[in-house]
Amino acid sequence: MTGNPLRDPQDRRLPKVAGPCGMVIFGVTGDLARKKLMPAIYDLANRGLLPPGFSVVGFARREWADQDFAKIVHDSVREHARTEFREEVWGQLAQGFRFVQGDFDDDVAFDQLRQTITDLDRVRGTGGNHAFYLSIPPRFFGNVIGQLEEHGLADHPPDTWRRVVVEKPFGSDLESARALNETLSGVFPPEAVFRIDHYLGKETVQNILAMRFANMMFEPLWNANYVDHVQITMAEDIGIGGRAGYYDGIGAARDVIQNHLLQLLALTAMEEPTSFDARSLRMEKLKVLESVTLPRRLDLGTARGQYAAGWAGGVKVPGYLEEPDIPDDSTTETYAAIRLGIDSRRWSGVPFYLRAGKRLGRRVTEVAVQFKKAPHLPFHAAATETLTHNALVIRVQPDEGITLRFGSKVPGTQMEIRDVNMDFAYGGTFTEASPEAYERLILDVLLGEPPLFPRHEEVEQSWRILDPIIEHWAEKGRPEPYPSGTWGPSSADEMLAREGRSWRRP
Amino acid sequence: MTIVLEQTDAGGISAAFLSARKSAGSPAMGMVMTMVVVVPAAGAESAIEAAQEAAREHPSRVLTVVIGSARGASRIDAEIRSGSGAPGETALIRLSGEVAKHSESVVLPLLLPDSPVVVWWPTEPPADPAADPIGRLGTRRITDAAEVSTGRNRAMLTQCRSYAPGNTDLAWTRITPWRALIAAAFDQAPGKVTGIKVTAERVSPSAELLGAWLSDRLKVPVSWGRSDGPGITEVALATRDGEIRLARGDGRHATLSVPGQPDRPVGLRRRDVPELLHEELRRLDPDDIYAATVRKLIKMRDTPRSTTKKSAAKKASTKNGAARKKADKKPAGRKGA
Repeated sequence: MTGNPLRDPQDRRLPKVAGPCGMVIFGVTGDLARKKLMPAIYDLANRGLLPPGFSVVGFARREWADQDFAKIVHDSVREHARTEFREEVWGQLAQGFRFVQGDFDDDVAFDQLRQTITDLDRVRGTGGNHAFYLSIPPRFFGNVIGQLEEHGLADHPPDTWRRVVVEKPFGSDLESARALNETLSGVFPPEAVFRIDHYLGKETVQNILAMRFANMMFEPLWNANYVDHVQITMAEDIGIGGRAGYYDGIGAARDVIQNHLLQLLALTAMEEPTSFDARSLRMEKLKVLESVTLPRRLDLGTARGQYAAGWAGGVKVPGYLEEPDIPDDSTTETYAAIRLGIDSRRWSGVPFYLRAGKRLGRRVTEVAVQFKKAPHLPFHAAATETLTHNALVIRVQPDEGITLRFGSKVPGTQMEIRDVNMDFAYGGTFTEASPEAYERLILDVLLGEPPLFPRHEEVEQSWRILDPIIEHWAEKGRPEPYPSGTWGPSSADEMLAREGRSWRRP
Repeated sequence: MTIVLEQTDAGGISAAFLSARKSAGSPAMGMVMTMVVVVPAAGAESAIEAAQEAAREHPSRVLTVVIGSARGASRIDAEIRSGSGAPGETALIRLSGEVAKHSESVVLPLLLPDSPVVVWWPTEPPADPAADPIGRLGTRRITDAAEVSTGRNRAMLTQCRSYAPGNTDLAWTRITPWRALIAAAFDQAPGKVTGIKVTAERVSPSAELLGAWLSDRLKVPVSWGRSDGPGITEVALATRDGEIRLARGDGRHATLSVPGQPDRPVGLRRRDVPELLHEELRRLDPDDIYAATVRKLIKMRDTPRSTTKKSAAKKASTKNGAARKKADKKPAGRKGA
């Protein structure tokens, strides 16, 4: 803030503490709220980053009193918080907990919510600033947003703010994404809408930008002259668990490629932004997403699969169709791979392969930039037989870090060159310093800093890319089954093999 | 694994580091800095613990140097630890005899290449850390005026006078949460401040720094109040609309009062040394705001102090001699903030 003589850009010890405010969480009894949001709020308080008087209002159907709510939160914080549990931090935070019971179409409950917020402004000094966190299925968004408007909860006096936070999925195709946006933007201005993609809050993801634009040695190679192709992988070793209701009919492409993987692609491929403010970052990301092209033949440039029963990591697991509440004829894909191109001078001719799936070999998310082979090798062919492409791999999770793969001479031989890995482990160099993604994102919501939140235009662009693929799949019958615990269907391997490439084993 | 070396030298310690690392199976461990801890024999254990705790966030080579008596023949004993759950590697190096006067010659060959060096004196800092033979090797030098055993009243001023870029005192680190809260309160009501009052226990280097910082930034003189502590107990800024006040009586919970708003409780715990080190090690460049604050503190100390209550001033001046002597003896377990 300008005009505060106590602030100085040189004074980097002073954390940015949000001004007086509170947060209203809809669906506070859900898993996300209990396992991620509440612990993150506690961790922020523990690090001294929340304003004094910060208040949390829980809104859900359950019949709870304020104390019951505090008790539930207490237990989940104890279990899931990253930082040490301290009574004095908890004490001051818990004083600001309120609970409002009601359905999303219950006028009385929303009146009570408004009353609660007004009380908090008076008692806790939240100053009329409130964020509404919609941790609820998207089909209720319209209801809640409408109620907020109707009960005057979206109105705010000048110099105060109201913000709304929504989680993915941001629609299930271009049309529904637009409808969702209309619902939100009818009540809240675009800068007050925060779409949470928790991947963007991860330190490693932010480090992609630091690595690319703070260093000299990577950027010169970061183009079609040197890069052969890029593989972006998000693999999970688990199945759908109890999320059948959510997952069936959605599938891997809508669940993670639309948001996480395309955002990773945008950060990896974008040009240098003029600065690191929200507008410049968004402009560059949008430019990349707009220049993304689909393969000419969707049947050859995409692959999808559905996990079948098998052994994953030493455990016998059921196939997707045998999971509870999944219809026997479900055509939902649990594995999706697509080949995208980017029409720009920098990336022309470089394929970006994106794949995401469940019940794969292990849990890993990474961006692998594979470089071209050296145009000429002044060695005997036998000497470089085991030398492959140089690669730079950004490991997003787990074991965050960067791996560089290059050729090196095997000691003791005459001249034998083999791939070696050089490793930078985030966890080894800066242990424990990494806050949870949600901490960063919640803090940014309260501070009103949007660089890490995808805007509506980006969401629309990602659906523009994905819609034709999903339509194509819908016409083509069933996804190819693959055994659980392997690296996906053979059609995905063939998709790369046709172009003389192969998937990395991450 | 632990390797004990008797009557060794820097080369021996270096070789032990390498063999400990190799046997741990990770020839490169991504260490980010070297931390040199200079302690008298008595405080070595707790200092090593604090340094190791700090090294969890910033894996480093921690060299704890215990400088013994300079009499007799030179003798270097060392204990090298690596692996076993803690990141980085540590060496406890005991020097006695003539070599105790040339401790930097042992430390220099053991610094990691091309990475920052932090020197920390947990208890007795040299009067001029940047001119100290080991201090000279460091890019960052950390002292703790609240932990000196004699001359506590002057300790902070001594460090201020010998300030060099890269120096900081943990008394400064201790007040970061206070500064953050006051700055945040000020974000909301940035009016003209007409008076500053800082109240703290009698000897509190942190309180002096906090007063100097506020005075320097707000261009208003500070008045001082005295309390039984612990540490700083209250900061009050007089503005046209009323008083912005942050008060903490028990060293844990504070209350923030801003004109026109309800009082708000806030956790403001006194932090322990490993936490303070964590904060210090996050920034390895000179702290310009600290530099400006120590300049201000010297200026303030060189001109007479103003005390709000006349009686208190009188009392202080009559009792001054006795009080100062008492103050110079450090009561056990008391910290600055």
